[in-house]
Formats: sequence, C-alpha cells, structure tokens
Amino acid sequence: MLVAGINVEAFEVLSSSEPPVSPTEVLAKDKPNDAGGSIIVTWRKSDDDVEENELVKEYLVFRSSALDGEFELIGTANKGFEKFVDGTTIDGTQYYYMVKASDRVLHSPPATSEAVSSSAQWFHSGRISMLVATVMICFLILWFIRKAKKGKELYIRPIAGLEAVDDAVGRATEMGKPIMYIPGIADMDDIQTIASVIILGRVARKAAQYETSLLVPCCRSIVMSAAQETVKEAYISAGRSDAYDADKIRYLTDDQFGYAAGVDGMMLREKPGAIFYMGTFYAESLILAETGHSTGAIQIAGTAMPSQLPFFITACDYTLIGEELFAASAYLSKEPLLLGSLKGQDMGKAIIIAILVGGVILVSLGFTKIIAWLATG
Amino acid sequence: MMEIIGIWMAALLTLCILSFLYKDNPFYKFAEHLFVGLSAAYWAVYSYFNILYPNLIQPLFGHGQLLLIIPLVLGIMMVMRLFPKVGWVSRWPLAFIVGSYSGYNLITYLQSNALEQVRATLVPVIQIESWKNLFTNPGVMTFLNAIAAPVVVVGVTTGVIYFFFSKEHKGVFGGFARIGVWFLMIAFGASFGYTVMARISLLIGRMYFLLHNWLHLI
Repeated sequence: MLVAGINVEAFEVLSSSEPPVSPTEVLAKDKPNDAGGSIIVTWRKSDDDVEENELVKEYLVFRSSALDGEFELIGTANKGFEKFVDGTTIDGTQYYYMVKASDRVLHSPPATSEAVSSSAQWFHSGRISMLVATVMICFLILWFIRKAKKGKELYIRPIAGLEAVDDAVGRATEMGKPIMYIPGIADMDDIQTIASVIILGRVARKAAQYETSLLVPCCRSIVMSAAQETVKEAYISAGRSDAYDADKIRYLTDDQFGYAAGVDGMMLREKPGAIFYMGTFYAESLILAETGHSTGAIQIAGTAMPSQLPFFITACDYTLIGEELFAASAYLSKEPLLLGSLKGQDMGKAIIIAILVGGVILVSLGFTKIIAWLATG
Repeated sequence: MMEIIGIWMAALLTLCILSFLYKDNPFYKFAEHLFVGLSAAYWAVYSYFNILYPNLIQPLFGHGQLLLIIPLVLGIMMVMRLFPKVGWVSRWPLAFIVGSYSGYNLITYLQSNALEQVRATLVPVIQIESWKNLFTNPGVMTFLNAIAAPVVVVGVTTGVIYFFFSKEHKGVFGGFARIGVWFLMIAFGASFGYTVMARISLLIGRMYFLLHNWLHLI
C-alpha cells in the first residue's frame, strides 16, 4: 500500500512493532567516596529486556537541569544493564535523569528520576582499613623511635650483604681502585632510589675516610643532584671536604640501555675495586652485573624488584633482597631514629602475620567477612 | 634509499655494540658515546615537549593557572645548583621531592604490598573440591591444585618472617625464616628462567634483523 508515495508495508517491517516497555524505578544518587563530579543512575530493566528477543537493545540516558526543561542524551547502556555513571556533572547543580529502553528504532516512554546533585566527600568510607593500618604503623614507628631515643638498645640481626659494605670499600682501597655506586634507573619519586641515596651517604663517608675515589653514574638528573648533596655532606662529616669532586657524580642519560652502555664502558675503563647496585633496576641489571663481574670487582646489590633479584643473586657477591634494602640505612648508621623506625616496621609485620594466620583459620571455618574488612577501596 | 642507509647504520652500530663481547675497543666506545649522547639529547627534548611544556608552560602562561607558579619556583631553585654561591637553594626542592614522595609511597606501598597481599592470601587452607578431585582423579595437576592454598599461606607467612630484622633467626623462628628463604629462592629460580627466555627472544630479534633485514640470508 502506498501512502503519499511511501510504501507503508515496507516501513512497518522496521517499525511496526510496539515500542519496548519502559524501565522502572529510575534512581539517581551522588556517587559515594569520590572527589565529586559523578552521579550514579540506576533503574529496573524493562520487562521486554530478556535474553530470548531483541525488543530492547540498549537504554538511553538523558539529563536535564529542570524537570520541564529539555533533556539531553548523555550516554547509553547495553541491554541487560541497570546502571549508568554520569561523570560530567557540576557539583551543587541539580539534575533530573530520564531513561528510555530502545530497540534502536523505537524508544519506550521515559522513566524519570528525582532531582539530585553531586558532591565531593572528605572521607572514603571504603578505605577505613587503610586509615587504621596507616595510623597503627605510624604509632608503632613513633613509639619505638621514642624508646630508641631514650637509650633502649634495639637489636638488629646480622645481614650479610650489609656487613660486607665496609669490607668492599676497604678492598677497593687496598687495591688502589675506585668504588662505583649505581643508584638504579628510577627517579627520586621511587622509594628504592630514596633508600639507595641514604646508603650512598654511608658508602661515601667510608670512601672519604679511606681516601678512595667514588664514582656515581646517574640515570636521572634529580638523582644526580641528590647524590651530589649526599656525597658532599658525607665528605664534610668525614672531615675530607677537600677530596669531594662533584664531577665524579655524573649524569649519563635517561635512556635505559644508553645508561647501561655508558656504565659498562666506565666499568671497563675505570676498573673499580667494588661496585654497588642499589635501587630500582629493570632489564639492564644483568648487563651491568655481568660486566662488573668480568672486571673482578666485589659486587653488592640491593633491590626490591622481584624480576631482577635472580640476576643479582647470580652475578653479585652479596645481594640485599627487597626489605633488606630499606633496612640498610638503619643497619649501617645505627641511628636511634632509624633503628626505632625499623623496629616499628617489624611490629607491623608481626601484626600482618597474626592477621594472616588468624584470617586463614577464620576463612577456613567459613567466616569470610574478614576479607571485606581488609578491603582498601 | 634512506631506508637502506638506516638499515646499514643500525646493523653496523649493532655490530659495534656486540663487539663488547670480545673486549672494550674503539668501535664499542664510538657506539657507546653516540648512544649516550644521542639518547641524552633526545630525552632533553622529549622532557621539554612532553612534560615541561604541556604540564607547566602552557597551563601557566597560556591558561593562567597561577598555582603552577609553585613548581616553577621549585624548578628555578633546583637550577640554582649551577651557581655555586647560591647552590644551597637547590636543597629545598630536593627536600620537598624526597619528603613528599616518601609520604605518598607510604600509603601506596602499605596498600599494594601489605593489605592487598594479605587479603589475597586469606583462602581456606583445605579446598574440599580440590581434595575430592585428587581422590577421584589422582594426578600431578590435581595434587598441585589440592596443595596450592596451603603452600601459598605457608610461603607468604614464612617469607614475611624472613624479613624480621629485630629478632635473631634461631630456633623455631629461625626454622620458619629458613623455609621462607627456600620459598624466595624457588620463586627467584622460576623468575630467572622466565626472564632468560624473554632475553633470548630479544637476542633472536636482533639476529633476525642482521640476517634478514640487513644480509637477506633468511
């Protein structure tokens, strides 16, 4: 049949079916535990939204700042979904949301929400476990620092790699060769680099006392600046400020393998008697450690990179594994502040073990709520 | 033509770097200095156009985001190192970087390295389904599945015990610590093998470049 020149029967093949049934219970609420700017819209699926047919293919979500105003399409949700997050809201502005079920040709009548506005939250209620853990760890550290400052003697077990630090510096001195200290390839925003620079201070002080040359090739300019300040301070405290040479703490390049090539060349030409690898390392670890090994230097490595530790263990004389790198500064300096901090961290580990053992027993007995309590958001 | 020149340069520089396997020599030195110099210059330009310009210069001078004056001042203070008389000024931004990142990392490390690890380890030690599977269908895989959970729990617990520094590793405590070391070493061994395979694939890639792209032998 033709109506005004249009084949109505053909048209009805596409649109003859009824529009889908509307979704119901459209609710809009501020997204909890965020920095604002988000509203969550939820609804109950249309009765036509079932696996067996394609009456509903998607849901269209509209937004307006007035109930009788113009609603703008802000996004879609696939068939079967009952949630949409609008991440483009302005905090404090009221919005109304309208949801329609659609088969991509016909839309259902709209279902509309109440007015809602977004806001930022001061506290993330899902991260209470993090708050408790942080406060507890900080309290333990401060408590033991106070104890250490009062003169209580705190025991630290021997760590072979750290006991060898002084021997390595002494060996390089006896051989009349320089010491090379490689602080990793990460920047100062990495906690391993920070730990490495602290250990560098101790090594530099020994080198200054023994009047042994210290070479520090750096991969990052900020690390070079920090290393220069640390070494300078160490030389001054050892009473050898005249021996400090800033040019020996030099920047090579930010490029990982360019740095490895440069350090390898330095190793072969300077022939250091002792080499320290402390900090963050990636694929260059074995290239450096193998070259250092071929020069006959005593090598001490320390990193918390699990993928690189095997290479250091293979090619170096001593290796500080993970946490041992962070404990090194306290171990080497024996300063009450650092010793107390280390003891506090150990207490934190004791609590972790207690939670592990107790938690596994509880979970094995069917009490799984403890897993939710430890959620970090 | 340019492509052929590029392939020849890459191939010759690859050989210069590989000549290091024999010993230090002028070819290696040339390639090393070229690599270090070029990459340092590249990173300087990259840092300006991808970090400094979009994050500081454009928003500060283009869009008037005045809060960015703080990092600009800290950056200028850092550059003061170049002038020995006022070089001490650079210690302030350094202290700011070290202090702020230490504090920031405390939270991220505590979350990812402590609490999330503990949460992932809280599994029932006896997985009844796995043990049923083992008895109905005995085999290596079903056995490994059955003992997986207790092995993870024991490995993590004894591993943490090894990293206790304020108690001597003696007696029962020392025994647990030794078990922890065993777990660590087995994990390192597995990681070693896995990474060596990845490195060999890198070597194969370079050899393929030399033999295929350069010499057309394969």
